[in-house]
Amino acid sequence: MLLWIAMAVLTAAASLTVLIPLGRPARVQPAHAGAARSIYRDQLSELARDKERGLIGEGEAEAARIEISRRLLNSEAPDGDTRARPQPAYRLERLAAVIAIPLIAIAAYLYVGSPQFADRAATAARQTEPTAMGDIDELIARVEAHLAANPEDGRGWEILSPIYMRLGRFDDAVRAMGNTKRLLGSTAERESLYGEALTRASGNVVTEDARSAFEKALKFDPQEARARFYLALSLGQSGRKDEAIAAWTALIASAPADAQWLSAAEAELAQLKPTATVPETPATVAPGPTAADVAAAVGQTPAERQEMIEGMVAGLAARLETEPTDVEGWERLLRAYTVLGRPADAEAALERARAKLVEQPERLAVVEKAAKDIGIGKD
Amino acid sequence: MIVELGHYALVLALVLALVGGTVPFFGALRGDERLMSVASTTAVAQFVFLALSFAALTYAYVASDFSVQNVAENSHSLKPLLYKVTGVWGNHEGSMLLWVLILALFGALVALFSENLPLKLKALVLSVQAWIGVAFLLFILVSSNPFLRLDPAPFEGRDLNPLLQDIGLAIHPPLLYLGYVGCSISFAFAIAALIDGRIDAAWARWVRPWTLTAWCFLTLGISMGSYWAYYELGWGGWWFWDPVENSSFMPWLAATALLHSAIVMEKREALKIWTILLAILTFSLSLLGTFLVRSGVLTSVHAFATDPTRGIFILIILCVFVGGAFALFATRAGTLSQGGLFAPISREGALVLNNLLLTAACATVLVGTLYPLALEALTGEKISVGAPFFDMTFGPMMVPLIIAVPFGPFLAWKRGDIVAAGQRLLFAFGAAMAAVIIGLALMGTPAALALFGVALAIWLMVGSLSEIAFRIKLGRASLGESWRRGAGLPRSAWGTAVAHFGLGVTVLGVVAATAWNSETIVTLKPGEVMSIGDRTLTMDGFVPLSASNYTGTGVRFTVREGGNVVATMEPEKRLYTVPNTPTTEAAIKTFGFSQLYVSLGDVSADGATVVRVYWKTLVTLIWLGTLVMTAGGVLSLSDRRLRVGAPKPSRRSVAVPAE
Repeated sequence: MLLWIAMAVLTAAASLTVLIPLGRPARVQPAHAGAARSIYRDQLSELARDKERGLIGEGEAEAARIEISRRLLNSEAPDGDTRARPQPAYRLERLAAVIAIPLIAIAAYLYVGSPQFADRAATAARQTEPTAMGDIDELIARVEAHLAANPEDGRGWEILSPIYMRLGRFDDAVRAMGNTKRLLGSTAERESLYGEALTRASGNVVTEDARSAFEKALKFDPQEARARFYLALSLGQSGRKDEAIAAWTALIASAPADAQWLSAAEAELAQLKPTATVPETPATVAPGPTAADVAAAVGQTPAERQEMIEGMVAGLAARLETEPTDVEGWERLLRAYTVLGRPADAEAALERARAKLVEQPERLAVVEKAAKDIGIGKD
Repeated sequence: MIVELGHYALVLALVLALVGGTVPFFGALRGDERLMSVASTTAVAQFVFLALSFAALTYAYVASDFSVQNVAENSHSLKPLLYKVTGVWGNHEGSMLLWVLILALFGALVALFSENLPLKLKALVLSVQAWIGVAFLLFILVSSNPFLRLDPAPFEGRDLNPLLQDIGLAIHPPLLYLGYVGCSISFAFAIAALIDGRIDAAWARWVRPWTLTAWCFLTLGISMGSYWAYYELGWGGWWFWDPVENSSFMPWLAATALLHSAIVMEKREALKIWTILLAILTFSLSLLGTFLVRSGVLTSVHAFATDPTRGIFILIILCVFVGGAFALFATRAGTLSQGGLFAPISREGALVLNNLLLTAACATVLVGTLYPLALEALTGEKISVGAPFFDMTFGPMMVPLIIAVPFGPFLAWKRGDIVAAGQRLLFAFGAAMAAVIIGLALMGTPAALALFGVALAIWLMVGSLSEIAFRIKLGRASLGESWRRGAGLPRSAWGTAVAHFGLGVTVLGVVAATAWNSETIVTLKPGEVMSIGDRTLTMDGFVPLSASNYTGTGVRFTVREGGNVVATMEPEKRLYTVPNTPTTEAAIKTFGFSQLYVSLGDVSADGATVVRVYWKTLVTLIWLGTLVMTAGGVLSLSDRRLRVGAPKPSRRSVAVPAE
């Protein structure tokens, strides 16, 4: 409420800055000629002073005096129409000041602003709002303080590492996981978590260090899903497409049905798989989910992940409306709708592709073939 | 509430800028005085609202309100208070807010302190200023809004780039913006004059204090930026011909040219078209600088934003203002009347030469800055145009300029006597020659090129003072008479001499620091000794450091000269905890005008430390010279004829007062 009152005061002040000058007679301001004349007179007196002090030669001073005097004379020309005019009432302008200024300002503010937000000073927030996240914050501070005193407590580091990961402090997570491994010994899980932290810390690129960590993890447990996921990702990133496809396929095949990373893995695979008939065109890179999207998907709740995938699919569909010649795009869209369990949408998409590509039968043939492989558009 | 109120004030400032850009403008076209007088009130109110908005953002930083995205991304609750405040403009959004705040500040100053300005000109100037305000306020609200909120708010901010956690951030950007944005006033005056169609000697005088103010701030801003880079980046360089530095240097060159051509316009009503063009050019170059820094075209410490939409937005602003200004210029320039005539050898001629050389130098820098960018955009080829290019092009252009500078003030208006001027400068010439001869005797011919530079600097310094000495008849009249004459000399004459002298000081610093710079890189363990010149440095050992947001190691050195301890130095390596970033802090000790500069490299486990030690001869003169130049500008600004409320003839007393 206070915010709205304060805003009203500001708005009123803004309107007044326009209303007041419209309402009072303009203060006497020099017209151009008059103002210029005062400058020239000043120049003349300046010249006289310089001459008096001997700072300027006689001849030079005289020449300058004549020139300035000429300017002074020239500026005597009247300033155009200086007769008093009937003062208009400025009704329109005043109305605009009272209505348009507040209207535009409030509308623009409501568009960009967030009036529902209170100020939230960090220190105050911590004391008064012990939210769930606040607890985490406090927990971190406690554990960090504890570890500063007992840096050899591997258990503490192990607790801290996943929290750092969730907060996006990947470098800290690497340090914490590294300490955990060193103090508590290597296991499949610790190695793969360490590798994941390294990967996230370097912008979702599976680095050499990360890969060796994942490989170590697989030595302990060849079925470690996290390590296999990231190793498959690294194969894709290093351009070893066929091996990557094999790795993703094997990973998906062995995955439990409720695995959270499953759809991310499928998306990766879909992006890598060559279509059956389109000739290899290595120049085009499929704009599928980026590694970052996928890695983000791994850490998401199922609902969030679903939303992200839906978003990507919708984006693809929208793009195909404007770029209908992208046959690979159509194929990915059909496959995505099928995987998402929306066969009706898949059929509709196929119809759209047929309509858009009616003049390009060779491209349409590719899409039709893909549709047949996926198992839609039989009728 | 405070943050949202600040946000609303920002919106209101935009609305008022819209009003201020339209109502007085039409008022000026229709000759309606009341509509014109809206310009002043809205200009002042715009400043008040933006100040409110800026204060609100500062509050969010000081209180560490991480629900504000901008604060969360650029601050940290443990950061020292000073850096919380300076952090407000240590990022793209906040610095844009500072930019428009200063823009509005200049507008408000014109509104409040230009009583003697014709109403129509004032209304037009403020309208143009308001248009610039509208463009940049829209830019802020649409693509760089510092007041966007986060929900849920994070618990800790990501902290400011440690390189920026320095007192330099408190000084360099505000000064530079005051300079950059100050150029907008000369621009607004130029556009207003073109619209109004009246460009005369009076115009030049009205615009002069604003140009001079902007120039002073620009000089200081560039100079402080250079010193900051020198001590913070840890490799002892003070100017890198980095595109960002160049983009601040180009407006400076253009503003310097403008300052000089405006003198001709004020005194002789000549060079009108050229002066207007320079005023437009200066601000265009400022905008270009803004574009280069914020579009993501460049990568450097200065490049905040890599968001291409922002780049396109600024590019549009740039095109509209620069293109519009030049189009207006093209249609109106032909209608301007010719001013006074002058012989090639005259004060005017000297100022024209100054302008030619400065603009040519500015064009050189522009080519050197944009050519690599254009080449990369067109062919993808990356080339680096670095110091060698500028040394070979910019340097030689400065030589005739420096030679010519002392002549200028000695030449009379209209027709000068170069022989007489030369005779009056004999002493300066002698001083320069003496320096060369002594230098050659001491250092031999290898130093010839450097000594030429030194001679130029001395020529410039002594030559600038010669003018004052001549005017006050130093040595030809009694000391008392000289003193009286000196006190009676217009301050603008003192300003000219001081500023030219300052340029000489800077040139001396540049030449000496470049020619007699020595650099040693060694690996030392505690207890070991290295020597540079006639000084030795002993590495005493490590000192642990810790502060609220970083930890680090200092290394203590004892500096001895002939066995006597003259200083201890403690360069540091710091590790900022959020984000995990190492920085080095050089230790600098000043001996006379020269400096010893120690910076740390890698430290290995056994304590062996890579140490870079530089001896920089007379390096401080570079920045001291710019301070002297600025002082010259301030002196000139305090000249009687520019003081607020132009003197009325009646006020003149019988005795000639000091100016």
